[in-house]
Amino acid sequence: MRQWFKSGDPWIWLIGGAVSISLIMVIGLLLLIAVRGLGHFWQPPIVETTFHDEGQEIVVLGTIRTAETVTAQAVREAGFDVSEGQDLVDRYLFHTGNRDLTGRDFQWFVGDFLDEFRYPDDAIVLERREWGNFFGYLVAIRQGDEIIAEGEEAFAVLPERLARSNDLVADTIRLERYEIGRINFAIERERLEQRRIELDDSLSADEQAERIAASEAEVARLNTEYDVLFQELEQLRASARRDSLVARTSDGREVTINLGEVVRATRANTMSVPDKIGEYVSRFWDFMSGYPREANTEGGIFPAIFGTVMMVFIMSIVVTPFGVLAAIYLREYAKQGPVTRIVRISVNNLAGVPSIVFGVFGLGFFIYFLGGNIDQLFFPERLPAPTFGSPGLIWASLTLALLTLPVVIVSTEEGLTRIPKAMREGSLALGATKAETLWKIIVPVSTPAMMTGLILAVARAAGEVAPLMLVGVVKLAPNLPVDGQFPFIHLERRIMHLGFHIYDVGFQSPNAEAARPLVYATALVLVGLILVLNLTAIAVRNRLRERYKSESD
Amino acid sequence: MNQPTHTSAPGISAGIPNAQSRKRLNLRNEEMSMQVRDLNLFYGADQALKNITMDIPRRRVTAFIGPSGCGKSTLLRCFNRMNDLIDICRIEGEIRIDEQDIYHPSIDVPELRRKVGMVFQKPNPFPKSIYENIAYGLRLQGVKNRRKLDEVVEHSLKRAALWEEVKDRLEDNAFGLSGGQQQRLVIARAIAIEPEVILLDEPCSALDPISTAKVEELIIDLKESYTIVIVTHNMQQAARVSDFTAYMYLGELIEYDDTAKLFTNPAKKATEDYITGRYG
Repeated sequence: MRQWFKSGDPWIWLIGGAVSISLIMVIGLLLLIAVRGLGHFWQPPIVETTFHDEGQEIVVLGTIRTAETVTAQAVREAGFDVSEGQDLVDRYLFHTGNRDLTGRDFQWFVGDFLDEFRYPDDAIVLERREWGNFFGYLVAIRQGDEIIAEGEEAFAVLPERLARSNDLVADTIRLERYEIGRINFAIERERLEQRRIELDDSLSADEQAERIAASEAEVARLNTEYDVLFQELEQLRASARRDSLVARTSDGREVTINLGEVVRATRANTMSVPDKIGEYVSRFWDFMSGYPREANTEGGIFPAIFGTVMMVFIMSIVVTPFGVLAAIYLREYAKQGPVTRIVRISVNNLAGVPSIVFGVFGLGFFIYFLGGNIDQLFFPERLPAPTFGSPGLIWASLTLALLTLPVVIVSTEEGLTRIPKAMREGSLALGATKAETLWKIIVPVSTPAMMTGLILAVARAAGEVAPLMLVGVVKLAPNLPVDGQFPFIHLERRIMHLGFHIYDVGFQSPNAEAARPLVYATALVLVGLILVLNLTAIAVRNRLRERYKSESD
Repeated sequence: MNQPTHTSAPGISAGIPNAQSRKRLNLRNEEMSMQVRDLNLFYGADQALKNITMDIPRRRVTAFIGPSGCGKSTLLRCFNRMNDLIDICRIEGEIRIDEQDIYHPSIDVPELRRKVGMVFQKPNPFPKSIYENIAYGLRLQGVKNRRKLDEVVEHSLKRAALWEEVKDRLEDNAFGLSGGQQQRLVIARAIAIEPEVILLDEPCSALDPISTAKVEELIIDLKESYTIVIVTHNMQQAARVSDFTAYMYLGELIEYDDTAKLFTNPAKKATEDYITGRYG
């Protein structure tokens, strides 16, 4: 036994065990997120069954979200008459949809009171723009008031009709977002122009009146342009609402649903596996590229992905030069002594400050002080409405840059220290000045170390949520920070962020059950995004390493 | 000590004349390139060099020998002011190169280092291509003309007897070369900027015997154009390549004479003890 201890084997087992436990935890975490998140886009079969409750018979139609086994005691206490002698009961969570009709999306049913499950062919699930999903049986398709197809024929014409109305809806959204958005933007600019003229003391009253009149004329012209577009929009809307479908709900009611409100209609029980895969891809794509709907519980997360990437990008642009220059000064120029030691300790400690503290600092310094002053100086015509004096992309990025600065400084310094003295001397001995040695040899050779700093910074910044709530992230941003309006990149706009989106969907959502899979799916996208950002940076670093390969590495 | 024997590399070593057979030179007849006068050097409170006074002749190889810590490398690094990099280093006295005091405040140190090139103990190429390593010094001086650079790179590599080995891979990373090739590359890099003096700080101590022989041959070849000062631990090497040798001990210059005389008939007992191995 003692021999075994002395051989070092127990230590190897201990170390190996620690590594495997860490690996298993990481893989398990990713697997859980992946399974829960990716499963959301798979269309399960639509189940029809009958629920017997004290003589009543209720037809239930929907998809099964989860099934669980509970003790019979708990079910009895909830008021269900489960037969004595039975210990365990299965219960099912049905996604029954039809929130507009029944007031709820999800319902638990105790398995003992359910008939066997049936999978009717004419059952259909509609993903709607409002009110969540609809479950029912397709009866007919109407164009205006006239019925054009019924029964099986209705299923045949539905995809084509739905594609048409979806295209038209996409057109109306495009018209609203880009064309009308442009005119609104221009009118707002004219309003600001008028305000600026009013505030300009160097102009005489006549000149002011003249310029304002010119601006008014421009506004009038824009308004007529707007009227034309508005007409066009109304026509498009009407056209999109031309067709509708008639469906029967599980309790026998017939309802008419306009196709303009339907995103996707799925006849789940007749779909083959390839069909389902196609459907899966299409849903996943919509999730990645779409805008959120229904208080973020439905639709896509594109603005959040875009906001996160944009913010990390701006943060990198800010933090890299600052961190690198600070490290170069500290390592190469500053006289090493107590002062540099204190600075270094402070920088290291800055990395340990809770991130919310940075958020508070960002709010107080960047937004209220810097932003407020920028507004006073450059945007007086917009006051009292703040431009830079309120949370926004630039302030979120700067706050994160501050948060990640220590990481970049420490890594860069480490890289600079690792460069062999002989390499510096070699350059100096050839008549290079200190600055030339620095820029031609030392900085290029330490770029991999700088990239390491940036990788760590990006990983930290992309996952940070707490400070962002104070300095620029919102639940729903009406516009992306980049669009076709001058100056194209709007740094003052608020953004959406994946991390905050997870929090918002998970904890602030009115429809928790519907939102839960989205929490996992969004978390998966966030992890994936950080992975992609990091892998890109690592690929760049490896290329740099290859290029500046030296025996020191 | 890595001493190449005639059996291991006869073709190379045969070309090196040894101290005995060489024509007798006399320090007093030489034209001087560098003059050291009453040089004292301190690291903080420790004195590393004591009252050094010596003249280094032009276009000759001068070797500094002595036990470890005797100050020979420190003295060498005074000639191109490499000691400036050490904060606690303080210098008294004077070094003149071509009658100019190199520690005068008006001296431009980078300019001085262009005139006094240096090769270090361990090969220290830059992590760049072979071509860019050689071109580095010229680019610093603002030379951008590609043809001029090509010309200098080729000439320097030929001068350092490396051209044939690397001419097909000038764009490869210099760290792909062997240690001996790297050291010759570094020598080529030093001569690319046409210095007057080349300082060699134990240039062969990290090399194998064959590479050492090549570098030694190169040194003898280069003395036609450059004043060369070499620090070495290897007395046989000093005897083989140098015209004049200085023996230093504990920061003092014990004896300085032409190599043949110093090795065959040293004036001081301490020198004789050292070169015959009875030192310590």
